[in-house]
Amino acid sequence: MRATPGWVGLWPALMLAIFFLVPFGIMLAVSVSHRDPAGAFIPGFELTHYARFLSAFFAKVMAVSVGVSVAAAAICVVLAFPFTVFLASMSHRTQTVALVVLLSVLSLSEVIIGFSLSTLLSKTAGISNLFYWLGLIAEPRAYTPSLFALVTGLCYIGFPFAVLVLYPPVSRLDPEIVEAARVMGASASRAFFGVVVPNLRGAIVGAFILVFVFTLGSYLLPQLLGRSEDWTLSVHITDQAIYQTNLPFAAAMSIFLMLVALALVGLASLAGRQRRAA
Amino acid sequence: MTQLLKRAYVVVILLLLLAPLVVVTGVSLNGPQTLRFPPVEPSLRWYGSLFQDSAWLVPLGHSLLIAACASALSVSIALPLALFAWERNGVAARVLTGLGLAPFTLPPVITALGFMVFWMTVGGYGQIWATIIAHAVFLVTLPLVTISLGLKGIDRSLLEAARVMGAGRWTVMRTVIGPLVLPFIVSGYAFAFVLSLNEYIIAYMVAGFTVETIPIKIFNALRYGYTPILGVVSVLFVLLAALVFGLIGRFGDLPRLMGSERGRSE
Repeated sequence: MRATPGWVGLWPALMLAIFFLVPFGIMLAVSVSHRDPAGAFIPGFELTHYARFLSAFFAKVMAVSVGVSVAAAAICVVLAFPFTVFLASMSHRTQTVALVVLLSVLSLSEVIIGFSLSTLLSKTAGISNLFYWLGLIAEPRAYTPSLFALVTGLCYIGFPFAVLVLYPPVSRLDPEIVEAARVMGASASRAFFGVVVPNLRGAIVGAFILVFVFTLGSYLLPQLLGRSEDWTLSVHITDQAIYQTNLPFAAAMSIFLMLVALALVGLASLAGRQRRAA
Repeated sequence: MTQLLKRAYVVVILLLLLAPLVVVTGVSLNGPQTLRFPPVEPSLRWYGSLFQDSAWLVPLGHSLLIAACASALSVSIALPLALFAWERNGVAARVLTGLGLAPFTLPPVITALGFMVFWMTVGGYGQIWATIIAHAVFLVTLPLVTISLGLKGIDRSLLEAARVMGAGRWTVMRTVIGPLVLPFIVSGYAFAFVLSLNEYIIAYMVAGFTVETIPIKIFNALRYGYTPILGVVSVLFVLLAALVFGLIGRFGDLPRLMGSERGRSE
């Protein structure tokens, strides 16, 4: 006998169908409807909004979005992988403290992170004062808004996420295989690059993709830390929906973003699985 | 030596993560309305003025109400879903689990726009309960993951034993499964609560113009220039998140909750 009757699944099924699947259905319908400049949309069927994907404007937005997210994801994974490996070998207490810090940073609102980083990179309260004091630069300056500030911000939110994605596979890696390599005479760095990295290749690729999707979703940082030419797809979706009153185009871009994200997440779980099979 | 280097690497990165928060804390202590670091004429006056200013108290009330209700609703969806998928392997269980994991995996702007057009179509756009339901569905992934983890750790022989002793379904649920998964339900609720408090884009697109939450209020305030009060709110939110996760870490097993299979005893 099962511990729960089958009908317990009804309530979640109902809720998720109404409040997750139906909104998607409506969004799909909106994406092919006619734009109503007065506010919402007029039902209909046209593919003009999808056709705009071929425009130079959209190509540029995509290039910026993909570019900054790839950069941020690569930096995050490169920094997070050794961090996670080292962390997983530490005491339970140290791990707990580190996880509390990571989770607190990860859960922080993007608006708070954006505000904090723009303060840190600002002229009056920022890091440049420290450089000035050390005599590295002639006078304090602001490092924001800029592409550099934006990528820094994305790395800041992406790093804790990358560690938490890498944490389960890394902490499950049998520490004995590293020990075996060391006993056989491998140096610490050789054991790391020759044993730990290849064993977790799938997890690393998976983490890279997931961090990429995660930073792709960032909405406030491009506005708070970047210039308007650094706006990403997420910002443009909201901008079109609310300020340009072009709901159908926003919906079409969302559908596109969703397909890209779904494909990538599928790829990431495939990469993770491959390792387990190997 | 290498152990020391590893430790140094981990500590340096954690300190880098804390650096912006330290600056913000410093900025919040400025006496005059200026953003200086280190602060000028340090005082706590902006902390006091936050709690007297209805421009901040009203959004704070909204945020807390939305977070409390949304995470409760989230748990009410995630708990039966986790129980259902726990012992079943069919298509229904897999589809439901997938649906439960999807909202949080996709870029949030997609869910936000989906809810915006949904509430515009069925009515409810701009209402606080619309935000609550939207957050509940968006955050359902978190309690689903923690509760599923808790259920996975239950020793099946305990259930067998209870049944052999004559316990019915309800008794087993109440006396065996319930107490064992309760900590995971609580941490799932806490995760959803903290994330709902900090969530911006969904709250903004569903009811941003009528129901201001703290993140929306901060963003709006940023446009009129930076004041130390923004630092104050940020500090309080950081402390709250650290408190919640610190409590989970103190009374629960955070490494295991995050997916490490090496338990506390090892």
